[in-house]
Amino acid sequence: MISDLPLWAALLVAVLVLGGALLTLLGALGLLRSPTFYSRVHPPTLGGTLGMSGILFASMVYFTVTGKRLSVHEILLVVIVPVVTPITMMLLARAALFRDRRLRRDDEEAYARSRRVADELAQAEEEAARHPEPSGDPTP
Amino acid sequence: MSSVTIVSWALLGAHAMLAVAMLLAGYRVFMGPRAQDRVLAFDAVYLNAMLQTVLLGIRAGSDVFFEAALLMALLGFVSSSALAKFLMRGEVIE
Repeated sequence: MISDLPLWAALLVAVLVLGGALLTLLGALGLLRSPTFYSRVHPPTLGGTLGMSGILFASMVYFTVTGKRLSVHEILLVVIVPVVTPITMMLLARAALFRDRRLRRDDEEAYARSRRVADELAQAEEEAARHPEPSGDPTP
Repeated sequence: MSSVTIVSWALLGAHAMLAVAMLLAGYRVFMGPRAQDRVLAFDAVYLNAMLQTVLLGIRAGSDVFFEAALLMALLGFVSSSALAKFLMRGEVIE
């Protein structure tokens, strides 16, 4: 049940909650729309962190005003999430770099192998053209 | 327009926006071209679920939701970094 609170606090809570949710939505939209993985890393990290701060500050204001005492345990989340989100992002980006590099190396090896096979084929054909097999019907 | 109405509608709108954000991130989880996209989107889904829990706590006016949100934040971090480690090495504990 939402308890009664003064108008300024209600407006502050509403603005913070809606702004935080909007920022999170923008982050998810960026996650959906960005073209490559390395540009997809940023929007949910930035938008998520900012939106989370907004919503948690709204929660802090609400519980402080309605509970008639200071209520700041949301500070825990406000501190923890911005610290751990970049760690996750960096770990993921490094894993993606590693995987991309390995994929490119595999691609290059496969390309070199196919080039080698094609060269051998071309060489064999050239050899065959230079020394034609003695066929059974000599031209008169 | 009383202040309770304002907060109630703001909470409803925020719930709706976070639900849309969760849907967009869920699309990435299912359609992401590679594994790292899926892990990233899963982390975003986790964050959105945590924010929904905080909003539920404001709506219910109780503190217990905050502890659930704290647990979700920590579990989301641990699972995302474990998955990133798995993508990098092929195993989690070596």
